[in-house]
Parts: sequence; structure tokens; C-alpha cells
Amino acid sequence: MDRVTDTEIADPLAIPELAPGCMAASKPYPAAANHQTALGFPGELATDWHDMAIAKIGELREKYRSFRVYLDACVKCGACTDKCHYFLGTGDPKNMPVARQDLLRQVYRRHFTLAGKYLPWLVGAKDLTPEVLDDWYSYFHQCSQCRRCSVFCPYGIDTAEISMAGREIMDSIGKGQKYSNEILGKVMKIGNNLGLPKKALAATLSDLEDEVEEATGVRVEFPLDRKGVEVLLVSPSADYFAEPHIAGLIGYAKVFHQAGISWTISSHATEAANFGMFIGSYDVMRKVALRIREAALDLGVKRLVIGECGHAWRAAYSFLDTLAGPFDFLDRRHPVPQHICEFTYEQMQAGKLRFDKSKNDHVRLTFHDSCNVARGSRMGDRPGGQFDIPRAILRAACNHFFDMAPETIKESTLCCGGGGGLLTDELMAVRKAGAQPRMRALRQVAEDHGVTHMAAMCAICKAQFSSVLPHYGFDREAIVSVHQMVSNAIVLDGAKPPTDDAAGDEA
Amino acid sequence: MLAAVFAAAYYVAFGVLAAGLGYRIWEYARVPAPLKIPTTPAPTTTGGVALRLLREVVLFESLFKANKWIWLFGWLFHAALVLSLLRHLRYVTQPVWEWVTAVQPFGVYAGFAMLAGLLGLWARRIWVPRIRYISAPSDHLMLALLVGIAASGLGMKYLAPTDIVAVKAFFRGLVSFDWQPLPADPLLLVHLGLVALLMIVFPYSKLLHAPGLFFSPTRNQADNPRERRHLAHWARALESGRG
Ligand code: SF4
Ligand code: SF4
Ligand code: SF4
Repeated sequence: MDRVTDTEIADPLAIPELAPGCMAASKPYPAAANHQTALGFPGELATDWHDMAIAKIGELREKYRSFRVYLDACVKCGACTDKCHYFLGTGDPKNMPVARQDLLRQVYRRHFTLAGKYLPWLVGAKDLTPEVLDDWYSYFHQCSQCRRCSVFCPYGIDTAEISMAGREIMDSIGKGQKYSNEILGKVMKIGNNLGLPKKALAATLSDLEDEVEEATGVRVEFPLDRKGVEVLLVSPSADYFAEPHIAGLIGYAKVFHQAGISWTISSHATEAANFGMFIGSYDVMRKVALRIREAALDLGVKRLVIGECGHAWRAAYSFLDTLAGPFDFLDRRHPVPQHICEFTYEQMQAGKLRFDKSKNDHVRLTFHDSCNVARGSRMGDRPGGQFDIPRAILRAACNHFFDMAPETIKESTLCCGGGGGLLTDELMAVRKAGAQPRMRALRQVAEDHGVTHMAAMCAICKAQFSSVLPHYGFDREAIVSVHQMVSNAIVLDGAKPPTDDAAGDEA
Repeated sequence: MLAAVFAAAYYVAFGVLAAGLGYRIWEYARVPAPLKIPTTPAPTTTGGVALRLLREVVLFESLFKANKWIWLFGWLFHAALVLSLLRHLRYVTQPVWEWVTAVQPFGVYAGFAMLAGLLGLWARRIWVPRIRYISAPSDHLMLALLVGIAASGLGMKYLAPTDIVAVKAFFRGLVSFDWQPLPADPLLLVHLGLVALLMIVFPYSKLLHAPGLFFSPTRNQADNPRERRHLAHWARALESGRG
């Protein structure tokens, strides 16, 4: 798997030939019985799985307007057929968004529409056979819930809603996915996706304090469970152990330090990502979200800031108040929740931060809009702030910034290929293929502007790119955190004078 | 006899259309959207949302972003359909409303535009492999039905005109329950028969996309989750007993 797979210069959005069935064998590992039951799902495929699944479809159409309207409204116009990065990367027609929806729609029509009941052949209705269930398991786990298709559909049909529903139905009959359900178990028990216990976390944070002090001469704090501070920071747990995530965490800490605003991390809610979203379960999502509320109450903070993570930011921005609100015990003069980029930008506007851009002169940078931020949330008070604010921060911290082709960024951004619960090794083939359009867009700016690095603000994007970049002929370190650039360039009061070789250290 | 059959067909078709559509809309309105899922960047106010929907309905904004060919054929067909429908108001209004007379000259060309749009869409459904893959027999039949309606209408205009005064009397008679005879021209009967069929299948088919757009949460929600709490009725029930 270490082979370089694609170094062609090609149009990132080039439409492939259809290759029916070529990804049918791509399936995640099934969840073990104990992970299933821990979340209240059957441990293994139930004997009456068929009837249970149909009943679940009936239940979902009473609970979710999106599910019902989207299954009814599609006119098969085909506008979405070339919009999914997994289709662009594989050519498997079942990765076309409408075809992915059809996997569920065919069964829905068979049981819940007049035409499907009496004239199934006419409207493409099908029974839920073991083969169809197999297709569900394969192809609903080849959707990163990135919502690119929903931008282009004339009715706004969001395939992510359908694949979430598909996974919810499968969970409810005992056919869960190991990766997501195992991680959810850890969050519920320990408080984060990695199962990182409090002691290990405390040790990591104090190491970071030493490390930053050694590099800068300034003691920047990384407080854990400190009561009565201003800000609770909830970040994806990868920020505490993975590269380039940690470099981003150091950036947040420096910003808090320089802004003079007290903050803390909570060991009860050490995880911003909400995997309940991936499996489409409102209930599970709600339980995960409540941990953040509990931590904020317990620590008596006034503000809630979320670290760099795409799905986490969508879950926080769009869903947190619904799931775990109202947050009237927080200081409502600030947005609840607030993104770390919004926070940093606010401090920049207030004149609290100074940057020495030359510290990033070894970097020629581009920016990957994480899709869940781009299409499922906002920053600032104007629509599109989620595009402008991170770019404003990067431009303030770097001299050399270049955007990728317009049809591959902002609302049309291409997923990294690893989102939505797919960041697991057994799905590497589809992850690599799904990254292809983004990698081609990156290659364009590398050719045209000598771009060397790409910043992202999502834990999954960063992890995914770290593993797929080499397959496309890039350096694995070419992916950086937005706040890593901030960390490199920010001027700390009382820092020791820079030495010549310090500049390249953290990129 | 002929008039009676068609009169009955139209009463049924109208009843099915009105009841079926009303039922669908009621269903969509009743089922909640428990989470905020507008596709962003999205308007932050209700006024903004209304504008977004208006752009979708009038200009097919998202489709334009997606694919210029589908947009061209689709928009052409729908715009022409609206014009033709307006033109047809002259067969039920007496005296004919003035603005209906005003659209009359365009309405005639609209028939051709409609046909062109439909044939363009159909050609893509047949020859573009991605779209052929996602098409079911019903998708082709729906196009055939619409092509049949447009073609028979144009045929009456240019090849075999019918007694339009009598047709108007028939439809006005339907409205006032004072039944009148219907000319037995084959093209007319085909045209009217297909239209009645279309009205009947509307609420039971993908033609539901028309009301669907207005109920699509990715399009009809304002992007304001931090400003206003959003809670579905069934989700409210989970709130009790929370620590
Ligand atoms: S763009 Fe929308 S309506 Fe058209 S085929 Fe795709 S999902 Fe269906
Ligand atoms: S949500 Fe994204 S991954 Fe899923 S079908 Fe749509 S474009 Fe593909
Ligand atoms: S991992 Fe990143 S790019 Fe991929 S779906 Fe999530 S936010 Fe989007």
C-alpha cells in the first residue's frame, strides 16, 4: 500500500467511465456484539431483521422530514451524478449520490408507495433481500456525509441524510460498523474517542508546557479541569497525540495566552467530535453532546470554544443547542459555541495578536475547506464567514497563500475522503480513491504556484491526508493545522530572541 | 356519451390531484425536521430563505451550478409549461382575462420550447450512461406522457384544428355543472386524456418534487442555530429527566 498510485496532472473533476460493482467488496468490519449492545443495538443480525428494518423505515419517515421528502422528491435528473468524490475516484455507479439514495429508495418504494406495492418493476422498487442489505453495508459506508451532492441538487436532497438513516437502520437490526460503534463506546465510558484516560492526558499537557517553554522561553499553560476559568475548550482528541494536530493545539494555547483569557480543557469532555452523527442516531448524538454541557456546568466556565474539527464543528454549531441546550448559563455576549478560528480572529480584530509572517516563509500554503465546516455550519455573523475567517487567519500568519481551483473549494469543496466514519484501515482503498479529486486539485496549485503545504481545520482531514498524501506523491508532512501556522508566527510577549534555525521547527 | 366519460374523468382527476396533493403537503408539514441542516452558506433570516426558495423556483439556481445542459433543458421545459398553462386559462375564463390574452402569442411558441426541453432531457436519459443507469421505466414513461401532451397540443394548433369554441363550452360546463358536448377529434381526445392521466399520477409519483422543494430542510431552514433553539416535538420528550 505504500506505492504511489496517482501522480498524474489531471482535472480533479474529470468524470470516469462507469465501473459497475468495482467497490462492492469494500466493507467495514462489523461491530462486535458488546459494542453493539453498549449502544442499545442488537448484538448480531436479528432473525427477523427484514421486518425490523421495514418497521424502522416506517419510524424514520415519521421522525425526519428530510428522510421522507428526499425519498419522494428525486426526479432522477442526474445533476448530482458526478458530484461525489467517491464516484469520481472509483467510477462505481452506486457511488453516484442518487444511486446511493436509490439503494434505500427502492425498498422504501416497495413498502411505502402505491406504485411500488403494485407495480414494482415500473418504478424500480425492490424487496429488501440479503443482497440489498449487503449493498447497503458497502455503499452507505462509502459516503463521508460531506453534503457536496446537496449543494447541486435542485431540491437540496442531501445524501448524507439518507446514508445516516441507512446506518441507523442497520444498527437497529444488529448490523453495525466496528469503527464508529467502538469509538462511541469509548466516548461514553472515558470521555474521548481515543480512550485517553485523565492521567495520560495530564502528562501529555505538562510535556507540552515544557516543550513550548524550551522553544520560546515563555511558560504557556495547558490547563486541565481548572474551575472558574473563562473558556472551556473542547477539541478533537487527536489534538492531544497526533501530528499535525498537536501543533494546532499549541497554537490555540498560545492564542489564549497572548489574549490573556483563562481557559481549560475538561477530562469529562475531551472530545469534540460526535460520532453519533455518523451513525445517524439522535439519541446517541444527544448523549455525547450532553457531556459537553455537563463539563461546562461543572467547571463553571463562561464561554465554550471548539477546536479544529469539521464534523465536530457541525455537531457543535448546528446541533449542540438543540441536543444539549439551552446554554443560558454561559455568557451570551459571545456566540455559543464559538469556533477556535472565530476566537482567534476576534483577538486579531481586537489588536491582541501580532504575527511574524516570515516564520512561515518556508511554507507556500493552500487551504482545504473541510466540508462539514463549509456546507454544514458557519463562522462569524455572515454566511460564508466559514470560508473567509480561516483564510484571513492564514493570510495574517503566512506570506505565501494560494487557493486551489474555485470549483474545488468553499461550498464546492472536495472531501478528504476519510470523513463520516470511514477513517479506518480496512476502508483504505475507498479512502484513497475518494481523496483523488482533492489530490489532483492540490497538484494543480503545486505545479502552478509551487505550493508545498495544505492547511486544514479538521482532525479527520488531517489524519486522512497524512495517510493518503504519500500515495499521491506528496510528503506526509504537507498537511498542517491552521493553528500550527498561527503557532509558528505568533509573537509571544517575553519570548526569547529567535535563533536562525527555529523557523522550520514546527512546520 | 363521450362527453360524459371525459367529464367524469376530469372530475376524478381533479379530485385526485387536489386531495392527493393536499394529503402530501399535510404529511410533509406534520413530520418535523429535528435538526438544523441547511446547506450552508445559507441565509440567516426568514426573508433570506424566501429569497433562496424563490431563486430555486424561478431560476433553478442549484441546478445551474450543477450542470448547464440539464439546467437548460429543464428550465426551458418548466418555463414553457408555465406559459402554456397560463395560455390555457382562456379555455375556462369568460371573458378571457386581459393578461391571458397578452401571453397568448408567446404561449404558442412555448409548445415548441416545451417539446425541445423534453426531448433534450430524454436524449440525455438515453445516451448519457450515468443518467441511463439511474432511470427506471417510469422515468421514461413520464417523459413520454409529457411529450404526448405537448405534441398532441401542437398538432391541434397546426395540423388538425379542433372546434375550440366547443371545447371551451365543455370546460366551462364542467365548472358550472352544466354539461356540454365535446368534439370527437382524435388529437383532442388524446390530449385531454393524457392531461387527466398526468393529474392523477401527480401525487403518487416523483412529480412530488414540486411541493418537495418547499419542504426540503436543506433549503427552507434559516442558518441561525446559535441564535435560536430548534427542537422537534418528539425530541422535547427526551428533555425531561435530564441532569
Ligand atoms: S440532483 Fe437531486 S433530483 Fe437530481 S438525481 Fe440527484 S438527488 Fe435526484
Ligand atoms: S454526501 Fe458526499 S460522500 Fe455522500 S454521496 Fe453526497 S457527495 Fe458523496
Ligand atoms: S473529514 Fe474533513 S473533508 Fe472529509 S468529510 Fe469530514 S470535514 Fe469533510
